Amino acid sequence: MFIAAAAAILVTMVMAIIRATKGPTFYDRVVAVNMFGTKSLLLIAVLGFLIERPEFLDIALVYALINFVGVIAVMKFFRYSHLGTPHAGDDLGDL
Amino acid sequence: MAADIASWIFILAGSFLVVAGGIGILRLPDVYTRMHAAGVTDTLATFLLVVGMAFQAGFTLVTAKLLLIVVFTFFASPTASHALAQAALASGLKPRLAEDRRPKDGKSLDDGGAE
Amino acid sequence: MIRSIGLAVVLFALWLLLSGHFSPLLIGLGLGSSVLVVYITHRMNVIDHEGFPIHLGFAAPTYLLWLGWEIVKANVDVVRIILTPSLPISPTMFRVRASQKSELGHVVYANSITLTPGTVTVDIIDDELEVHALTSGAADELQGGQMDRMASHMEGNGENGAPEART
Repeated sequence: MFIAAAAAILVTMVMAIIRATKGPTFYDRVVAVNMFGTKSLLLIAVLGFLIERPEFLDIALVYALINFVGVIAVMKFFRYSHLGTPHAGDDLGDL
Repeated sequence: MAADIASWIFILAGSFLVVAGGIGILRLPDVYTRMHAAGVTDTLATFLLVVGMAFQAGFTLVTAKLLLIVVFTFFASPTASHALAQAALASGLKPRLAEDRRPKDGKSLDDGGAE
Repeated sequence: MIRSIGLAVVLFALWLLLSGHFSPLLIGLGLGSSVLVVYITHRMNVIDHEGFPIHLGFAAPTYLLWLGWEIVKANVDVVRIILTPSLPISPTMFRVRASQKSELGHVVYANSITLTPGTVTVDIIDDELEVHALTSGAADELQGGQMDRMASHMEGNGENGAPEART
């Protein structure tokens, strides 16, 4: 059962990689990489059940956090070309 | 036994949705539509897989951690999607539209908008 | 004050959940770090109705259940479209009004739209949301305004204790 789930997730990760290499725009790649990240978090959780080591779930949680922060950081960097706080006068909001 | 069957059903449904989302990200024509396919794998597919795993784990701390993963995904996924969509639109990437219901030049719905 | 205590309780419960050990040392460390985090967030001045929205009360779970069902229906729709060989999409962009009063209400509504597959909030202009929908059907449904009413209802319920009749 978990092998089936792991296989499905792996197939989807391959599809995400294909999309990430094909592009065509930068944003397509980020969508694909974000999807790859959320799928690897699921894969870690499924693997934890597969080899009966539930401690893997902690790693999955941390991976979820890192993936989220990473995508936000990449988007912010490409939109504003820096990661710092908005300057006064910039119409950047709180992002 | 009943838990095993439920777990099978949930995990198979989740796996199916995950693969469907993967097919979607390959088939759909542009960034904005691909985002919807990614949304499928982030919401219901994640939820079904996690519920399936929770049936296997029983009522333990493991289940609580699985639920935390779902809660976190449900908060983070729309935020990331929105950041992506907004950045893509702000960079001038035009969505491929069949129908554009935005008000043409007015800033608000009040002056003859779509409502 | 009640929010600070509530935050400390939530943080400590999270610590217990994630550690799973109940020795005095680890419980003491958990208590210490919860109190430290609450102190820091208190100094940062972020424990308010947005940071810890307990005032939504029981309206929030009801809304989440309703939203969950909407998400299931939307998922089925999107998957059916993806797997149909002719790929019957009709991408639509439109604006909807967010009739919630607070910024928190707007965020809840916008995030609910994005969480539902088939619709993504692209931009917020004052109290209007710009939405990209995968099909014109999904766009029609959102423009019908049921989700807007549910989100407003949850917000109104939390703040006044009485549901508001909106049309």
